[in-house]
Amino acid sequence: MKARIHVMLKNGVLDPQGKAVQHALGSLGFDGVNEVRQGKIIELELAETDTEAARSSVDEMCRKLLANMVIENYTIELES
Amino acid sequence: MKTAVIVFPASNCDRDAQVALRNTFGSEPIMVWHGDATMPAVDLIVIPGGFSYGDYLRSGAMAANSPIMREVVTQANRGVRVLGICNGFQILSEAGLLPGVLMRNANLKFICRDVWLRVERNDTAFTALYTQNSAIRIPIANHDGNYFADDDTLAGLNQDNLVAFRYCDEGGNVTDGANPNGSLENIAGIYNKNLNVLGMMPHPERLMEAELGGTDGRPMFQGLVEVLAA
Repeated sequence: MKARIHVMLKNGVLDPQGKAVQHALGSLGFDGVNEVRQGKIIELELAETDTEAARSSVDEMCRKLLANMVIENYTIELES
Repeated sequence: MKTAVIVFPASNCDRDAQVALRNTFGSEPIMVWHGDATMPAVDLIVIPGGFSYGDYLRSGAMAANSPIMREVVTQANRGVRVLGICNGFQILSEAGLLPGVLMRNANLKFICRDVWLRVERNDTAFTALYTQNSAIRIPIANHDGNYFADDDTLAGLNQDNLVAFRYCDEGGNVTDGANPNGSLENIAGIYNKNLNVLGMMPHPERLMEAELGGTDGRPMFQGLVEVLAA
């Protein structure tokens, strides 16, 4: 089973990299970009075949290592 | 008195910390490899600066989960003094010994220069030889030094007087202009609740000798010698 984890900064946490990308888009002539938020995607290949067990295990991985809960949120997508 | 320096892959201030400890404590610190699961009981542990694990995932995130950190947490919970400098601060916060997180500098630049720090309190083992509210000059050298915590955590730090240092001007005034990296409330270093763990982005171990540009870092180590010997 494949797990795809999206890690994003929480709302309200300043994202200077997103701001810099927004600025760069503007200077390339792409108008109308009101905000840019930059995050990361992490993909895992799991041996687990049970969806619920996989979700619970990946959730724990996110809380312990893959995301920093002080500043980041995460969502988990599973594909069998 | 026994001291230790934890060495991770891509630590680069471990030797500076080693020299600082050797010259102030008068004995050789134990250099402990990150992959070791145990270490002897010591009086002071230094987590040095650098780019442990290449800053993969987040600064300090991988190092915080290396085998030796379980032992560091155990000793810290027993009251052993722990000093995390720069990457060491990032590692301590990722390991949960200190609250909050060090984010990318607000201007997205690596900043390497001297800054002024206001000593918020001088009744801890780390600051006993400094004057309260005095300004000391210490260098920073980081890309991820922008301290952030949620509102409750920040309120707790202020209420419990756990901010160790704030970026200030030469006269000790904490101003927006003196904030190099966007840190909340100019925070440059914080203590844990028991005041035995200090994390700070600036590098006191780099200003130990006049020949190296200044001695404002020396009272931290000298103070630890005196407090730990008492």
